[in-house]
Amino acid sequence: MSAGDSSGPGDSSGAADSPGPVGPPGGADPVGTAGSPAAPVRDPGLQPERTRLAWRRTTLSATVAAVLAVRAALRDGATPAGVVACGVCGLLWLAFLVLAHRRIRALAAGPRPDTLTPRRATAAVLCALAMAVCAAALVS
Amino acid sequence: MIEFVRNVRLWFAPELIREEGGTPDYRFSLANERTFLAWLRTALALIGGGFAVDQFLPHLRWGWRVGLALALLAAGVLCALRAVNHWVRCERAMRRGEDLPASRFPVLLSLVVAVVALVMVLVVLAGWAG
Repeated sequence: MSAGDSSGPGDSSGAADSPGPVGPPGGADPVGTAGSPAAPVRDPGLQPERTRLAWRRTTLSATVAAVLAVRAALRDGATPAGVVACGVCGLLWLAFLVLAHRRIRALAAGPRPDTLTPRRATAAVLCALAMAVCAAALVS
Repeated sequence: MIEFVRNVRLWFAPELIREEGGTPDYRFSLANERTFLAWLRTALALIGGGFAVDQFLPHLRWGWRVGLALALLAAGVLCALRAVNHWVRCERAMRRGEDLPASRFPVLLSLVVAVVALVMVLVVLAGWAG
């Protein structure tokens, strides 16, 4: 009786502990960490970090495109149209930067971050599209 | 094409996606997000390529230069639109537990890039010769 009682919780705690590092996120619950608040629950596959770096890379790509846009806009000297195009591309780049920064903050917020919202994805894509429209206007 | 229009509504309405199916493992959603970002980077690179053709091939005839640049920019626009559309479709398929959607777009894009690259080589060689 007492052996069955003691093996019950022992088994369940073992089962709860073992899938923690490898299994689905159900095993890694931050609630049970009573004594170690300094050690946050970490995804062993580093998925949030990888996603964060993917956002950084994408921001870098946007920066390169924006720099090329500014270079194209100011090639013929500081004409009014060139300055306007320059400002628009700068604002688009800034918008993308803010989007990426917010998402990175959301990813860093907890061990199990929220899904990307379609609105934010669409906003990021719209930034790229507007930059392409800007480019088409500058090129032709 | 009709499905594309239907998906466009989903881009702006997160609650419509949340309504169906169950929430998938967050790691799958993050992987989907990274794929989306990789496509978005491809789109941004194509747009940057459009700028670069315009700026770094200044001796090209105007028509060729603008044509190549606009082709690259159009490819970038398509790529960006497809990125968000594919992301929405994958997200929905994962929520419903269906297979991920197949796509002919990678083949299409690589063919377009190959053709543009070939044309660029020919144009640059002709520019040197002439």
